[in-house]
Amino acid sequence: MRDLSPRSPITWALIALVVGYAAVLFGLPIVTVVASAFQKGLDPIIKTFKDSSVQHAIFITFSLAGIAVIVNAAAGLLTAWVLTRHQFPGKRVLDAMVDIPFVFSPVIAGYAMIVLFGRGGWLAPTLFPIVFALPGVLLAKIFVSLPFVTREVQPVLASITPEQEHAAYTMGASRWLTFRRVILPEIRTALLYGLVLTFARAVGEFGAVAVVSGSIQGYTETATSFVFRALNDRNPSGAYSVSLVLMIVSLAILILLNLLKHRLTARKG
Amino acid sequence: MSDAVMPSLSVTRPTPSPPWGAWGLRTAAATYLLIFIGVPVLVIAIQGVRFGPMEFVQSLIRPEAFSALRLSITTAALAAAINTLMGTLTAYLLVVYRFPGKALFNTLIDLPFAIPTIVTGVMIVLLYGPQTIIGAFFQKSLGIRFVYDTPGILVALLFVGYPFVIRTVQPVLLSLDAHQAEAAQTIGASDWMTFRRVIFPAIRPAILTGAMLSFARSLGEFGAVVVVAGNLPLKTQTATVYVYSQVEAGNIQAASSVSLVLLAVAFGLTLIAERWLGGKSHA
Repeated sequence: MRDLSPRSPITWALIALVVGYAAVLFGLPIVTVVASAFQKGLDPIIKTFKDSSVQHAIFITFSLAGIAVIVNAAAGLLTAWVLTRHQFPGKRVLDAMVDIPFVFSPVIAGYAMIVLFGRGGWLAPTLFPIVFALPGVLLAKIFVSLPFVTREVQPVLASITPEQEHAAYTMGASRWLTFRRVILPEIRTALLYGLVLTFARAVGEFGAVAVVSGSIQGYTETATSFVFRALNDRNPSGAYSVSLVLMIVSLAILILLNLLKHRLTARKG
Repeated sequence: MSDAVMPSLSVTRPTPSPPWGAWGLRTAAATYLLIFIGVPVLVIAIQGVRFGPMEFVQSLIRPEAFSALRLSITTAALAAAINTLMGTLTAYLLVVYRFPGKALFNTLIDLPFAIPTIVTGVMIVLLYGPQTIIGAFFQKSLGIRFVYDTPGILVALLFVGYPFVIRTVQPVLLSLDAHQAEAAQTIGASDWMTFRRVIFPAIRPAILTGAMLSFARSLGEFGAVVVVAGNLPLKTQTATVYVYSQVEAGNIQAASSVSLVLLAVAFGLTLIAERWLGGKSHA
């Protein structure tokens, strides 16, 4: 029942329906954004990217997403390890918590940060500004992209048999050396997959960032917040140009994910 | 350490780990999850109830809040239903059949995971907006307005929620034992019968989990919706856009009840999904 050639016309019709649906839902919109961005030639695009606030927005979007990736990589790996290799009370609760950002609206997460750190907030005033400042943007990005590394690495860690690890220990390898030489090569692809998803999610975040950052031009405004402002300020070519860049990045990410997925399935056999 | 005494036995023993080290790792992981996830959840829960039940109910039955919640829940439910139907069909066709362009199609399905939702919003406005060919056609001949109206919200949610059911159902279909389906066909069951009696019962939990995730994602969606629907209270303002507007306007309390309702719905769904798939979810 796998990879059959469709025989009946009904099957062909269903395939046509599904592919047609996806083409209307994704294909057409992609083409439209590209066409709209280039509609008035290259000049408006160049003008948009010469704007220093656009450059700053793109810079902080990618650099803060990079920091979020580092934090979630280190802590996510540790979490995956603890959740697969340790037994302790409360483990199930921690495991369930990892999925919360999948179902928790980012806007609400942003609102929680305002309640904590905003003016008159429960923990205000903070040592350094968090809300309407870059630390808030970073916190928002870490929150929304938190589950990916843990959830990608966890099943692979669970499938590694402990024999190799024990062999390494027996031969006198330190825990760190065992991790680096025995475990890391096994989980590398899954980890990379998780990192790419984390980065994509952190770059694309808007809701939490919009609430927490105050979208201050040239300071906390991210690429996605810029698109929103450009639309409201009737600067469509600005919105389309930055959208185009974000879309190209996400298509590149998609291709990368696909390559990694092939490597993952090849490994599983 | 005592490990050195009889090294030959350590092969069969669990990974030697000094208890203080293990507790250190656990504490670090727990701290990470509590700070980044536990704290925001707790804040929303406390903030929602701390003004008392009267205030909670009163701010929910404000027309703007009530209408926003109703719009969010209905559009998210409708989008999740369509996404579940199309997603199950897509996953089934992708696993069972071979057709030209399948690999590319399979890759593009993850696009909504990779693309910023505000860009999704821009795309939909560009394609279905009133000044476009498609938008103008629908408005003139059918009287349907997509952008700045409910159909646009639905299209946005169909876009962002599309991959969930596919990506939860696909692996289960791939792991299904082919013999059962083949046996069913050998004894003369039609394709439809085979699907309904053999395949569907096996993928039902995965379908439900995907549907749940798709619904939760739609309920919490902000970027695409705020661009497509605008921000008209009582009309096109969804619950997340309402929360955003209230926070922007400085009405911190007004946002709290709606936030708590959204949180409770999301939590209920996670618990249910957890039951069905034993804590495994994929997005």
